[in-house]
Amino acid sequence: MTFIPKPKLHHPDLQKNALGYTRRDYEGPVSTLCAGCGHDSISAAIVRACFELDIAPHRVAKLSGIGCSSKTPTYFLGASHGFNSVHGRMPSVATGANLANKELIYLGVSGDGDSASIGLGQFAHAMRRGVNMVYIVENNGVYGLTKGQFSATSDKGAKSKRGLINADEPIDLVGMALQLGATFVARSFSGDKAQLVPLIEAALKHQGAAFIDCVSPCVAFNNHEGSTKSFDYVREHNAALNTLDFISARSEITVDYAPGTLEMVTQHDGSILQLRKLHTSYDVNDRVAAMTYMQERAAAGEIVTGLLYVDPNPRDHHAHLNTVDRPLNELSDDVLVPGARALDRLNAGLR
Amino acid sequence: MLQVVERVESLQRVNDFVVKFANVNGSGSASANALFAKSVLRMGVTATPRNIFPSNIQGLPTWYEVRISEAGYMGARGGGPDLMVAMNPQTWDGDIKGIEPGGYLFYDNTKPMPASKFRDDIVVVGVPLTRMTNEAYSNPRQRQLFKNIVGLGALAALLDIDVPCIEQLLAEQFKGRDKLIEANVQALHMGLDWVKANLGDPVGLKLRKADSVGDRIFIDGNSAAALGAVYGGATVCAWYPITPSSSVAEAFTAYCNRMRVDKATGKKNYAIVQAEDELSSIGMVIGAAWNGARSFTATSGPGVSLMSEFVGLAYFAEIPAVIMDVQRSGPSTGMPTRTQQTDLTICAYASHGDTKHVLLIPEDPHECFDFGALAFDLADRLQTPIFVMLDLEIGMNERLTAPFVWDDSRKMDRGKVMTAEQLEAGAKFGRYLDVDGDGITYRTYPGTHPTKGAFFTRGTSKDSMARYSEEGADYQENMERLLKKHRTAATLVPKAIETKAKQATQYGAIYFGSTSPAMAEADEQLNARGVALDMLRLRAFPFGPEVEAFIDAHETVFVIEQNRDGQMRSMLINELEINPKKLAKVVHYDGTPITARFISGAIAKHLNIQ
Repeated sequence: MTFIPKPKLHHPDLQKNALGYTRRDYEGPVSTLCAGCGHDSISAAIVRACFELDIAPHRVAKLSGIGCSSKTPTYFLGASHGFNSVHGRMPSVATGANLANKELIYLGVSGDGDSASIGLGQFAHAMRRGVNMVYIVENNGVYGLTKGQFSATSDKGAKSKRGLINADEPIDLVGMALQLGATFVARSFSGDKAQLVPLIEAALKHQGAAFIDCVSPCVAFNNHEGSTKSFDYVREHNAALNTLDFISARSEITVDYAPGTLEMVTQHDGSILQLRKLHTSYDVNDRVAAMTYMQERAAAGEIVTGLLYVDPNPRDHHAHLNTVDRPLNELSDDVLVPGARALDRLNAGLR
Repeated sequence: MLQVVERVESLQRVNDFVVKFANVNGSGSASANALFAKSVLRMGVTATPRNIFPSNIQGLPTWYEVRISEAGYMGARGGGPDLMVAMNPQTWDGDIKGIEPGGYLFYDNTKPMPASKFRDDIVVVGVPLTRMTNEAYSNPRQRQLFKNIVGLGALAALLDIDVPCIEQLLAEQFKGRDKLIEANVQALHMGLDWVKANLGDPVGLKLRKADSVGDRIFIDGNSAAALGAVYGGATVCAWYPITPSSSVAEAFTAYCNRMRVDKATGKKNYAIVQAEDELSSIGMVIGAAWNGARSFTATSGPGVSLMSEFVGLAYFAEIPAVIMDVQRSGPSTGMPTRTQQTDLTICAYASHGDTKHVLLIPEDPHECFDFGALAFDLADRLQTPIFVMLDLEIGMNERLTAPFVWDDSRKMDRGKVMTAEQLEAGAKFGRYLDVDGDGITYRTYPGTHPTKGAFFTRGTSKDSMARYSEEGADYQENMERLLKKHRTAATLVPKAIETKAKQATQYGAIYFGSTSPAMAEADEQLNARGVALDMLRLRAFPFGPEVEAFIDAHETVFVIEQNRDGQMRSMLINELEINPKKLAKVVHYDGTPITARFISGAIAKHLNIQ
């Protein structure tokens, strides 16, 4: 394995965003994942979302654990700091990083092995703390790097490439995120760029714990007949709940408002999520209804995708902790160190 | 009420004895016990209390042992107490058995014990505490709490504790609540007057005002370390409760509430997170430090075990982290409320792969503060995890210590951090490039510069420019540089301190941490038996050149430590390639603090001295 940089030659006509960056400025070195891996599509969606949102790449910190999915942060946002941490522990590292500097955007990329098995506890606690981050699980229902073992999101009855049948119940991370208080919960499919890009954009603008479960078939170990995370299976069983257009706060808002099919959700920063609803009865602000709906559709064998729940006024971890507005990593001696006189007073009180 | 059994040669001592309180956990005895110790201190006499407690909230026995020593001895004396204040029927038999011959028993004789429950070589002093408080108070909670204060009053009369000292302490403790002060003073005098009216002067242990306290302060090591973290500029604390370290995070919280809240906005210049486990707390610490905040966790041995994987990552990825390890005895429940120096090797070599970590080893609360603050400078300077090695003995017991000192000209040393300006000016940045030759490389904080200085943090699979690499040569080059950095660390950590014997000697003693006061006393005991010892107190790992020089200069070096395997001795042998035969193991590991009697006894035995 070596490091393969991409050539820096840019087509002169490449489109630039408001900051003057091209799409290429949001890319990283060439991916070393298998050709056709769903994870690469997600990386591409992240690149596009950051480009379209005019995010300065260096203001994003990308974090991951261990596994195929966790390798992907190398392959996007090459100008961002990245951290390939410990298996299943990306959430705690992201939590700490976020505590240190509330001004950066935190993008955590994990997998089903990383988040649903070894890291289930950390996933749960990051959600319930409301860490202001985008948490994407690239969910392929299999351990790729270690060659095809079942993961905790593998469906009961799913067949491995070696022909083994999974007897255990799957963990539903979306259901858990809803129950644990995540303020933005979505599910998508790596093969559905039209749905995924706006979802990532909306999550990036969300000021709280934003979770996206992205079903991402493994071409090497989980794309065969009998697998419930294969491209074909997901396409056949995908029941899209809504499609999403993301409109950032500063854009002029012009929408065709058609009652019953469109719903506008304004996020805390003024950005607007325009939901094109396929199921008109679905209320994207109702956590309890979302949980019920998910359960019903899952029982019917459907994989519901789309924006499942969003809290338009989320509170994040820093709000809970009542930290100062300035990033903690910028505070200097004069603010942090009480000094000799204060210490003398303390000494006097200890005699 | 006085039951003096015949033919007792009772102990007669002034300012030099041990009092032990046997209590029921959760009975409110702790504050009265602390008042006792503090009133002795206010008389200018060195008093060193120790909490002996089980892993329990309420109901089980606890003890509070106070060594009083005008000579200034602060280590556990060993042996039984000279005066046992037996307030717990559950432990009665053991408590009576433990009293030194000729010693004294103080008990609540509202229901007098039969003579068969005593020993014939102790003086028994009974005071009807329950009867007095039941008569004076109707509220059961008051009866319980004031019983402790009435008892303190009785002891004040028996031992000649200066009563104004206690009254002053009560006034300070309940400042602004005059009724409470009055009620406590009343209870105090109830006990005092009863003893004066009903007993003569049965106890030969006496307190006299002296001058052995000086300007020293009285505080526990966990609080001191937490205060050190405040002064060290820590802004992020992530922790998981574990005895005996929980009070580090709790004290940090209390100090921050007092000293770190922005006055204008009421917002906090810090973040404290009680994590879901130690895996997460160290992860948060590493994430925050990676992102440029000073961060720490406090834990004990089992927590260090859980953190080990992350500690390895931080070592290889070179991320600062401060871990305060308050050592205890072993896993699970039970012995963990007892003290040991038992995490040395697990911390020094924590994690998978070839790793070596920096340990700071304070001897008392004063050094807990100093090292607590220093750890953050070292972590940033060395970009690596730093362990501050407390133990339960130092951490959870208040003791006299030199006052804390701070130099206002001191500024946080953030180490080698490349700024946006430097990058803009064209400074070459390679995350793992050793440009200065000290093994320490430059880092950047995330978000520093739009196009320069970003890097990807990984474990070992990288080259000096932080690019992904599985090349053996890149790995080896990095590992050699980490070793060089460890050698640099040896020049930056606090040096070992040598205390020379009055005469030339071939014997040396190496000790560290909470062994310190017992070692000083043991040295005097050995001197009295004709043994001269040069002594070296280790304060850090890696070892500086002074450690090897000390060992080289002696024929036999006793390594005194509070664990079974002689962990520090192993580290000395391992790191300095010392002949094991030269290092004599003196280990104390029953969970109680090491004593001077034990050390001097073990060394005398080794030297065949009777």
